[in-house]
Amino acid sequence: MALLEVKNLGITFGGLRAVDDFSFNVEKGQLYGLIGPNGAGKTTVFNMLTGVYKPTAGGFTLDGENLTGKPPIEINRKGIARTFQNIRLFKALTVADNVKVGLHNGKKYTIAEGILRLPRFFKEERELDDRAMELLKVFGLEGERDVIASNLPYGKQRKLEIARALATNPKLLLLDEPAAGMNPNETAELMDTIRFVRDNFDMTILLIEHDMKLVSGICEEVSVLNFGQELAQGVTSEVLNDPKVITAYLGE
Amino acid sequence: MKKHLKKIITVCAVIAIYFIIFALVKTGVLTRHYQSLLVPVGINIILAVSLNLTVGFLGELTLGHAGFMSVGAYAGCLFSVYCDLPVWIEFPLAIIIGGVVASIFGIIIGIPALRLKGDYLAIVTLAFGEIIRSVITNLDFLGGAGGLKGISKYKDTMSGFTIVFIVLVLTIVIIRNLVHSRHGRAICSIRDNVIAAESVGINVVFYKLLAFVSAAFFAGAAGVLYGHNLGILKPGTFDFNKSIEILVIVVLGGMGNIVGSIISAIIITLLPEVLRGLDNYRLLIYAVVLIAMMLLNNNPKFNALKDRIKNRGKVQTDAKEAE
Repeated sequence: MALLEVKNLGITFGGLRAVDDFSFNVEKGQLYGLIGPNGAGKTTVFNMLTGVYKPTAGGFTLDGENLTGKPPIEINRKGIARTFQNIRLFKALTVADNVKVGLHNGKKYTIAEGILRLPRFFKEERELDDRAMELLKVFGLEGERDVIASNLPYGKQRKLEIARALATNPKLLLLDEPAAGMNPNETAELMDTIRFVRDNFDMTILLIEHDMKLVSGICEEVSVLNFGQELAQGVTSEVLNDPKVITAYLGE
Repeated sequence: MKKHLKKIITVCAVIAIYFIIFALVKTGVLTRHYQSLLVPVGINIILAVSLNLTVGFLGELTLGHAGFMSVGAYAGCLFSVYCDLPVWIEFPLAIIIGGVVASIFGIIIGIPALRLKGDYLAIVTLAFGEIIRSVITNLDFLGGAGGLKGISKYKDTMSGFTIVFIVLVLTIVIIRNLVHSRHGRAICSIRDNVIAAESVGINVVFYKLLAFVSAAFFAGAAGVLYGHNLGILKPGTFDFNKSIEILVIVVLGGMGNIVGSIISAIIITLLPEVLRGLDNYRLLIYAVVLIAMMLLNNNPKFNALKDRIKNRGKVQTDAKEAE
């Protein structure tokens, strides 16, 4: 059984069928790509997988559990975390605090214990500090621990968003255009980071990307969406050479 | 070790402030007029710090803080009017009752209202404040427009100030500790980006309500202190202007800045008294100060200056740590 099974997923906004009858499976430990021209419905698929939109047709299961149409909080707790195409950090919080918000549900101390500063507060806050630092080190952000998130350079903001998503301890990580706005060097570095995360965190990663170098470099399989419908699916190198896919991207 | 030292210094400073004021009152350096302002200043600090929780940390604009204050004030004062317990039990109980009743109203208003955003939430909470005021005016057992009379007053200036000071310190400690915990971070994350907060599993509805209800609790407690200071409660006191006055204090002190709220509460409460002759222009000064603060806070040069002052302190402490 695949970790993520998406079956006949579809959503309509008014009369517009944004995604229609879309199915794919992501195996555990896989790096899976979701590509397609602008407006194809890729981010809409992410929004359905994270509970922001409720699908109007079909559904999906994570580890065999049906999570279709569940609210975002519950889906996150069941093990799906994401980043956003337009970065959504907690701008006024420090880098470390951004990650600690991601770690929030991993800790147990109550509001009263926090206010009265009981021993469990100090113990768990110390654990939070340590865990946040570990995650920041993976992304080379340990030096910026106390920087306000909005003051980080663009590339590091993207990395921080991934760190924050990982902090929720997910089974499946969704990355929405992680390389957007990065130069070739930064993209190459990002590819290493994504591979590192997959190998060291036992992570399964589903990503949307327009940078074909990144997609062909790290994704084992891809699905191509065009106008909300599946155009092709399979091993990356084959799909990217499919004439249909090339036409969709470049035109006749 | 260093952290403990900081804590000890803070505790000493708080005790020192209390005794300095105590000495000023006893020696008569503070005139009777200024002595009578000690309690209102304390009450405004409690109101401002608690409103800062919703406006500054949660990032939701609410205009009904005076409404929660009045609900708490009437509940607590009614209890102490009709109850005949020893003062040292009755008074803390009255404060807690005031706070709890205000939080119950906070839950009732908060559950539907917190689904709204920005301007809409402001309008609903504003309406709540006005409705509460009209209802109280028309309830005979609360004294109606004439006010609720016969509330026992503080024995003297110093006992009143002591009680307010204790509640004030408790309020600040509780709100500060709440903000600097995982729950506080969750509240701040909602302010910065609701969608991202949900995506990392933050229960947005719960934490919005938590901030809103805690703020209502302290507003209610402040109301009880207010009632016992004057000995009479009039519904007209808790009008729209009172809510705005507290909001002005919070904005002036800086959103999400507890120390700022304290300082600005002191300034805003004392300013009209210091400028007695300019009393008619008080609202005008409010408006000018607010606009000036907003312009300044969005001025890059002013912000750069602020950062420089902040960082200079930091560099020095870093250097000390290195030594």
